[in-house]
This record gives sequence, structure tokens and C-alpha cells, in this order.
Amino acid sequence: MAESVRQLGALMRKEFLLEWRQRYALNGMLLYIVGAVFVCYLSFSARRGLLTPIVWNTLFWIILLFTAINAIAKSFVQERAGRLLYYYTLASPQQIILSKILYNTVLMLALAGLGFIVYASVLGNPVQDVGLYVLSLVLGAIGFAVSLTLIAGIASKAENSATLMAVLSFPIVLPLLLMLLRVSKNAIDGLDRSVSWDEIGIVLAIDAIVLVLSWMLFPFLWRS
Amino acid sequence: MKNSWWKILAVAILTYTVFWGVLGNVPRQPILNESIRNVYFHVPLWFGMTTLLLTSAVFSIRYLRSGLADHDRIAVEFANTGIVFGLLGCATGSMWANFTWGEPWPNDPKLNGAAVAMLLYFAYLILRGSFDDEQRRARISAVYNIFAFAVFVPLIFILPRLTDSLHPGNGGNPAFGQYDMNSQMRMVFYPAVIGFTLLGVWITELRVRLSRIRAVIEE
Repeated sequence: MAESVRQLGALMRKEFLLEWRQRYALNGMLLYIVGAVFVCYLSFSARRGLLTPIVWNTLFWIILLFTAINAIAKSFVQERAGRLLYYYTLASPQQIILSKILYNTVLMLALAGLGFIVYASVLGNPVQDVGLYVLSLVLGAIGFAVSLTLIAGIASKAENSATLMAVLSFPIVLPLLLMLLRVSKNAIDGLDRSVSWDEIGIVLAIDAIVLVLSWMLFPFLWRS
Repeated sequence: MKNSWWKILAVAILTYTVFWGVLGNVPRQPILNESIRNVYFHVPLWFGMTTLLLTSAVFSIRYLRSGLADHDRIAVEFANTGIVFGLLGCATGSMWANFTWGEPWPNDPKLNGAAVAMLLYFAYLILRGSFDDEQRRARISAVYNIFAFAVFVPLIFILPRLTDSLHPGNGGNPAFGQYDMNSQMRMVFYPAVIGFTLLGVWITELRVRLSRIRAVIEE
């Protein structure tokens, strides 16, 4: 047990080091979300407070969804096939997928946090219950990372993987996205938190299902 | 002949369904009126689709365990038939909705869930199309198929029950079984479910045999 935790730590450290050494990819993602937010801001004629809360919320989650798909799509293509093969001789596939998921969660948390700050500062912030909204962002980051990492693995095996990544992930992410939209809408309206427990429970349940499936299915994926 | 009893059964049941579905007595319900007969066709198609997709996922699991190309072939053909059933279910549902809810595609979570489920399985077919190597294709699409089915279940069965839906049995609406269907209707409805599922299995069986023959010819 302690051994596998240590291995997981080493794999995580590798992911962070890799990202740090190829900073252009990370900076690219940060710029992507800031740029997307700014495009939306200018497209709505650069006026604050113009958007209704529903549009405000939906727009933000869609920006976040596209950023997530782009950010996570590269998790298996950054390294060459030979190097991936080398990792598989060192660690078990379960540890590799788990380290990728954890790393992507941290990445998504950073992107969602930055996105929210920029978005709220340029387009105004109608959120009444910021605590709950941040919780929904955290749940969203975890959910996107968990459900998209395996899809990224699948898409990276095929040619034309960028289109495939989007096509495969839209329907998979949709139930999660709908629940998150509902929680975050409750947060914007400042509804009592007890209203949102159901949705939060479902998000966690979907995350758990997808996590267990990734854990079980990834060993079959990497062998090919 | 010995193994084709279930095909005869499917034909018999479906003939019975069509006849008694059209001619049999149905309770007079407000709004629904005669369109309630669609329950013999629309609902069994969805039941059939779910069964076919479940079988497809089971064969994908078996493929991952065994590595036999035949299991993959069966899995994809079950998914194909499931998609056809889903499209037919959408078409019959659309007609029904046009008469009872006033528009062919009302904004209803169950309809949208079904549409997303179709996207999910179209994506599965596109994924299959993007590989040249057969073993690779089989393995990776099996992984996606299992994943897709795990998402399909909450999409169709759990999410619509949490929100307001026009469908019976969802969002606090009573299900059909509770008081819309009388025992006479049930005598048609339950056989119809079995009949359509058998028909789906039959179509799948034919397609699997066709694809086996093609594989042999190519060799």
C-alpha cells in the first residue's frame, strides 16, 4: 500500500515536472481560457450586467467545457509512445490513469479558478452564494478530469484524435454538465443550500461510476 | 427448424400486437384518446433498445475478457440494432407527442436524454470507423462501449426522474401502469415488449451471420 502511494506520488511529480518543462502548453491553456472569456465579453458588446443570470452561467460553463476538452486531450499525446511504454514497465496501468486523473483535476481547478476570476471581473458577478458556486466549480473540475481522461486515452489511440475527442466526450460529459449547471444556477440565485444537495449527490455518484470504470478499463486500453 | 421456434414466436406475437393494438378496446383517456395505442409500439421499442444495448455492453465485456473477434462482432451488431430501435422510438414518440403535447419535439428531459444517447452511440460508430487495425478497433471500441452504457443508464433512467418531465413515471407523474392501462391493454403490452425484443435479436443474428460470412470471404 505504502509502496503504491509512493509510486503514485512519483508519477504525479513526473506529470508536474513535464508540464513545468513544457511551459508553453500550460501557458497556452491559460491563455485559451482568458482569450475565450474575452471573446465572449467583446461579442456581447462589452457591456457588464447585460446578460441574464442563466445566459451568464451557461456561457461560462460552455467556455469551461471547451477548455477542459482541449486541456485534457493532450494528456496522452504529450509523451511519445516509446516513453509511455517505458512507464508501463515501471508502474501498473491503474496507477498511471489515477495519476493522470489527479493531475488533470489540479489542472482543471487552476483553469476554472482563473476563468471564474477573469469572467466575473469583465462580465460582472451576479453570484449571490459564492461559496456554493466555488464548490460547483470544484465538483466540475473533478468531474471533467475524471470523465475526460479515459476519453483522451481512447482518442489518442486513433487518427484524427482532436475531432474524435470532442465527439466522444460531449455526450459523456452532458449529464454531469446539466447537474453542474443546476447547482451553479442555485448558487447564483442564492437559494438555500439544502436545495442543491440532491444534485451534488448525483454529481458525486456520476464521478464515482466513471472513476471506477476508468480504473477497470484503462488496463485494456494501454495494451493496444 | 428446431432453433427457429423463437422466430415463429416473434412473428406470432407481433402479428397479435398489430391486430389487437389496432382493434382491441382501449380506455378513453382525456387528451390521449386513441393515441394511447402507441403504447404498444413506442414503449416496447425503447425497452427493446435498452435490452439490445445492455447485451452489446455485455458482449464488449466478454470481448475484453476473451479477445475473440466474434464477441466484438456481436457487440457492434447489437449496438447497431439498438440504434435503429432508438431512431424508431424517437419517430413514434415524435408522432405521439405531436398529438398529445402539441409539438413533435417538446423540451423534455427524457427526449433530450434519448437524443444524447443516440449521439453517444453514433460516436461509438465513428470511433470504430477511425481504426484500420481490427484488434485495436475491437479493443478500444469495447472500452468505449462499456463506458457509454454506464453513462446511458443515468441519462435515461435517473436524470428524467429528478426533473419535471411530460413522460409518465417521471417528475412525480404517475406511470402508465398505475391507472391508465387496464388489464386488457396489458395483455397486448407485455407480449409486445417480448415480441419487439425478439425481433431485435433476430435482426442482430442475421447481421452477425452476414458479417461472419464477409470475414470468411475476405480471408
